Amino acid sequence: MSAWLRQHRQALAAALARLPRIGGALSALVIGIALSLPAGGYVLLEGLRGLGTRMTLEPQVSVFMRADAKRADADALGAALKADARIARIRFLPREQALKELSAVQGMGEVIAALGKNPLPDAYVVEAKDGSAGALDALAADLAKLPGVAHVQADSAWARRLSSLAAILRSALWLLAAVLGVGLVAVTFNTVRLQILTQREEIEVLKLIGATDAFIRRPFYYLGLLQGLAGGAVALAIVAGTLVLLNREVATLAESYGSSFRFAFPAPGDALAILAFAGLIGWLGAYLSVGQQLRMVEG
Amino acid sequence: MVSFAAVGKRYPGGYQALREVSFTIAEGDLAFLVGRSGAGKSTLLKLIPAIERPTSGTVIVNGQNVGALKRAAIPYLRRNLGLVFQDQKLLYDRTVYDNVMLPLAFSGQPAREAARRARAALDKVGLLARERANPIQLSGGEQQRLAIARAVVNRPTLLVADEPTANLDAESAERIAEIFVEFNRVGVTVLIATHDQHLVERYARTVLRLEEGRIA
Repeated sequence: MSAWLRQHRQALAAALARLPRIGGALSALVIGIALSLPAGGYVLLEGLRGLGTRMTLEPQVSVFMRADAKRADADALGAALKADARIARIRFLPREQALKELSAVQGMGEVIAALGKNPLPDAYVVEAKDGSAGALDALAADLAKLPGVAHVQADSAWARRLSSLAAILRSALWLLAAVLGVGLVAVTFNTVRLQILTQREEIEVLKLIGATDAFIRRPFYYLGLLQGLAGGAVALAIVAGTLVLLNREVATLAESYGSSFRFAFPAPGDALAILAFAGLIGWLGAYLSVGQQLRMVEG
Repeated sequence: MVSFAAVGKRYPGGYQALREVSFTIAEGDLAFLVGRSGAGKSTLLKLIPAIERPTSGTVIVNGQNVGALKRAAIPYLRRNLGLVFQDQKLLYDRTVYDNVMLPLAFSGQPAREAARRARAALDKVGLLARERANPIQLSGGEQQRLAIARAVVNRPTLLVADEPTANLDAESAERIAEIFVEFNRVGVTVLIATHDQHLVERYARTVLRLEEGRIA
């Protein structure tokens, strides 16, 4: 048992020593950059999906009045909304307050000052009792028919579009990951192939003096595995770096919507999954390469 | 120790290297295999560690039927043999010491014991002082001695050498021969293929003469 462990340790050490000599850093970079595409896409998508679910959880309909509507019209609409049994709560947003809130957003103050007069209408934010998309759509359609109403916007519509878009993107990402995965197996295959060719003499000698196939193959498996793991780490670093930069911009945008939304870093489980996937790719490339090449060395 | 019974070896393409070869080498023997180039000496030696397989007859080494050995069992057969190849098969990307350590990497000794054995083997062939050198810096005779050190480091019971004194001056050849005799004296069975009539006359206890693939 201890001899077996020692052999694994030796194989790992040999692989570690060889990795930098055979341009392992470069290969890891290639693997990392390629993997950062699906990994980064997945992180962005998960973020957007979270945003989408949060939206549908708040069954809101925004009712905008015509710009020429008087306060009396607004009161009448308010009464009508209160009478609707499907509505849980309403909140009146007078045009003056809407303007004030908008002015508070950085950069918008000057724009509004330049307009001269308030372009915003009075509005009601209506919270429905039934949050399902169908019920929300029906409510929105009915509200649009009320007197004085210019436009009704059900937030469910874009949330739904977002979620179906996310589903398409998700499939696309899996496809991308699969295609890149095959490419990266080929990258490792080639690295290990070249390494076997440079160590051909050593392999021949080892065979002649009684090394088992497992002993000869082990360092190459570790080589592939390590290269894959290094690539996975590079991918995670690229994703994390990109998110830091991206979140700065996102923060500004989200605040203008009164949201504290940020793209979350991959959860530890996801990060491990990315590393494991990368390691598996490296190992698989090495496995296939060793199988093919050692048969040739035996000749 | 080594027993051939009606062994034939025909290479793909039809060349018959060995025909009906039968002989026995007893434990503790010092045997020489002689014959002209192309007589089949190298082929015969390759059958012992199962580098080649016989096409007919049986090869028994250490009680094992080598010709029928499964692929996975071959490494364990070879670990009990010390092989010295005609072209030495040293690795020039590492030191003398690391070349000798090579067979110990997978034989399961603790690191300290492995280091001790490697130095002992180098000492026996007179290369201990050169353990940090690269094999390329060694003379032909020294390279051959290094190959012997690597062959004996796992303490084999049988030592097989193919033309170990070829291309060496008389003095170096003599020194190589003395090393083999030394191992034989402590109980290792030795089989050496050679052209060197002088060595055979001086040391051989058993002589196997091959002529055109047959024992003469």
